Amino acid sequence: MATKRTIEVELSTTGLDREGRPQRVPLMADGGGTAVAYEAPPALEPDLGGEHMLINIGPQHPATHGVLRLVLELDGETVVRCIPHIGYLHCGFEKIGEYRQYNQIIPWTDREDYLNCIGNNIAFSLGAERLFGIEITPRCTVLRVIAMELSRIASHLVWMGTTGIDIGAYTPFLWSFQERENIYNLLEGWFGARLTTSGSRVGGMAADIPEKWLEGLQGFIRTFPKTLDECDRMLTKNGIWVGRTIGLGVMSPEEAMNYGLSGPMIRASGVAYDVRRDFPYLDYETYDFDVPVGNQGDVYDRYLVRMEEMRQSIRILEQAVKRLPDGPVNVDDPRLILPPKHKATSEMESMIHHFKNVMEGPRPPIGETYVAVEAPKGEKGYYFVSDGTSKPARWRIRPPSFVNLSAIPRMVEGHLLSDVIAINASIDIVMGEIDR
Amino acid sequence: MGLITQPEGAGMTTFDPQTQEGWVTTRLDFLVNWGRANSLWPMPFGTACCAIEFMASAASKFDLARFGMERMGFSPRQADVLICAGRVPFKLAPVLRRIWQQMPQPKWAISMGACASTGGMFDTYAVVQGIDTIIPIDVYVPGCPPRPEALIHGIMMLQKKIMHEQMSSKTLRNEMQPDPRSQLYIPADRIDELSEPFGNSVHQTRSAP
Amino acid sequence: MTAPFTIYQPEGEQPATPKQVPHRGGAANPSAAAIAAKFPGAVVRSHVMWGETTCVVERAKLHDIVQWLRDDAAQCYEYLSDVTAVEYRDLAQPIEVVWHLRSIKHRRFIRLKVELAKTAALEVPSIVDLYTGADWLERECFDMFGIKFAGHPDLRRILLWEQFQEGHPLRKDFPLRGRLSRSQQLTNALSANPEARYSMEELSIADAFEELPLDMRARLKGDSRTGE
Repeated sequence: MATKRTIEVELSTTGLDREGRPQRVPLMADGGGTAVAYEAPPALEPDLGGEHMLINIGPQHPATHGVLRLVLELDGETVVRCIPHIGYLHCGFEKIGEYRQYNQIIPWTDREDYLNCIGNNIAFSLGAERLFGIEITPRCTVLRVIAMELSRIASHLVWMGTTGIDIGAYTPFLWSFQERENIYNLLEGWFGARLTTSGSRVGGMAADIPEKWLEGLQGFIRTFPKTLDECDRMLTKNGIWVGRTIGLGVMSPEEAMNYGLSGPMIRASGVAYDVRRDFPYLDYETYDFDVPVGNQGDVYDRYLVRMEEMRQSIRILEQAVKRLPDGPVNVDDPRLILPPKHKATSEMESMIHHFKNVMEGPRPPIGETYVAVEAPKGEKGYYFVSDGTSKPARWRIRPPSFVNLSAIPRMVEGHLLSDVIAINASIDIVMGEIDR
Repeated sequence: MGLITQPEGAGMTTFDPQTQEGWVTTRLDFLVNWGRANSLWPMPFGTACCAIEFMASAASKFDLARFGMERMGFSPRQADVLICAGRVPFKLAPVLRRIWQQMPQPKWAISMGACASTGGMFDTYAVVQGIDTIIPIDVYVPGCPPRPEALIHGIMMLQKKIMHEQMSSKTLRNEMQPDPRSQLYIPADRIDELSEPFGNSVHQTRSAP
Repeated sequence: MTAPFTIYQPEGEQPATPKQVPHRGGAANPSAAAIAAKFPGAVVRSHVMWGETTCVVERAKLHDIVQWLRDDAAQCYEYLSDVTAVEYRDLAQPIEVVWHLRSIKHRRFIRLKVELAKTAALEVPSIVDLYTGADWLERECFDMFGIKFAGHPDLRRILLWEQFQEGHPLRKDFPLRGRLSRSQQLTNALSANPEARYSMEELSIADAFEELPLDMRARLKGDSRTGE
């Protein structure tokens, strides 16, 4: 495999000069795969060697995972330059946030990175809780870890399925969606919604887990690794998969940090940066898990890192199920938590309390905070600025795939057109989060 | 219908569908509609969350292939039904319009989810308040996002609708621009009034406190 | 290119989840004092809020400070998390541009701020030459707030489209539903020709520019984007 890798890289980077900048070198390779000097053919035909072509991919294209638009300048089949256009899904999330109370914003966080809904809910709640200065209960902490890791698995499964389709493997899509249905069922049992859960609140969760829910989760923990192993057996040593992913879109550790990549992208490039370990939240430092790190920085490494992350998530889930303590889920703080519904409909004081909390909303002290979590795509940050009113003066989303996508011109330079699809898939973009 | 034409002077040109039900026409209608309804080629125009539920509908558990939708047409030129899944901002509006224009007749459109149908929770400067202001819609599927069962129900409703189409209807496929003199015409400022939010709490349109 | 990378690992003790974080006060990031010592007079004020250190710095010194923070071995802020801006509801308050920097090596986090009075031009130095990742973040900030980043190579709208006439949406004087009526917004959007929207940069790439007709070339050089 090693020799093949070398040849492919050589062939696909002849469009670059020594500094790595694109130049117009026509693609002619001898049998060994090294580029040879271009000579004008003696034939009567006009010299077509230097013609560049401009093509447009998207915004409606199945392989752009949403409404991304790429304008590519091609030399033959080699990409000389790539200019991404985004914003086709810009909906003004951050503007809406200034018009809603903290708890009311949570449904919007679902729709922003819609593969990782419950993870976003929890990340938002963590940020808002820091702003209110409250500590969540031990049971809530563990429940949130369970929800976040389930959500990470669900997001990576979509990545695996859609990337498989892009590269030509249809079966992983069906298998991964089968497992996603299991996760959907679990989430539906807990929050009542499959995809857009809106499952957390400032100071707790929307609901405690129902009875026997943990048994369902344990069933998932038992069966999921088998499916993962099947996908692993099908892809990891598959000649087509390997041939289409190795050596593509290489980012060195220095470049990856300079571009601000995060999540599996930066870890595949050999930087062991995981927010869960380096800037921990939700007591992640007390769980025993490994941070997989690649050492080649190509599409194949990103695939390996994501596969390993799913296994590590299962490990975290196992530990979390074991340590789940009893006790209340929500904090005991009447500023934030609504009274139970049966009291709100029967007692005057509770009804007034409910009314005031819903209509006026809790007010945090003046201040600001930036809370980041390790979302499946990378470092997801929520930055709040409060001016003492019940609505944030500024709610900023730090979108990991926005920053990751900004490196795509660098990654696809010098590669073939068909490899652009594989590289784009490896970033794991979600347009809802990029455009917001 | 526009697709099936008859030569001049053919015997059936004198047939008047208003007064008389022709056996041949209705049988032919049934046959054509049956064929069309059960072999719809969807073109998923997936933008946001609804696209994930669309993928779930197409995947193993819900399996859209049972309804003759085995083949996803990612090119608008080889598709029958446009499924707009997700919110459509103004920046995407000309793209959606163009894709609709590129689809050949006969064609239908499903608006999947609250955002595509009405703008949903995105009542902002950037989002189209319902894609029926851009393209004609046959079926609206409610939900945020709709469950796969809801989408399948919407597709079955569309199939029923197709089964009741008549070839003799001359206006079925006409894409009309409203004439300002007609009674159907609504002036732009009236549309603005109608599309203002209603029933919302006043607190939701205020940025503070 | 195929040689394996050396793995870049953070140093020091494994940190723990912060608990009972005070609103104001608490341990400050040592880098804040280091900046004040290295650049006397450049730090307007610095404070710790919810456990995060914020330095409000002079606009003119920002680029030097960030460069020093990135390159100094004791600081090592190699990772730019975010660039954004804040406008307060109290319109008399200045607009703040915010940079979130991380040192992965030392596991530190610092927030730099520059205050921009609304009476003067909204302009701050760009740090694209230090962090390539700042490219899109600064463009987004320009798109949403209208803040100019001096030295940015290609500062144009990124999320909204070039012909968007209504202003910069995250400014507080911008209404939630935009300035134009719904039908006007839709008419404007539909009249945009999606396939003609190539930017100046795209059209001028490679040889295409030389082959364009003279009048079109002149128009492109005049900085009007074609087809829009």
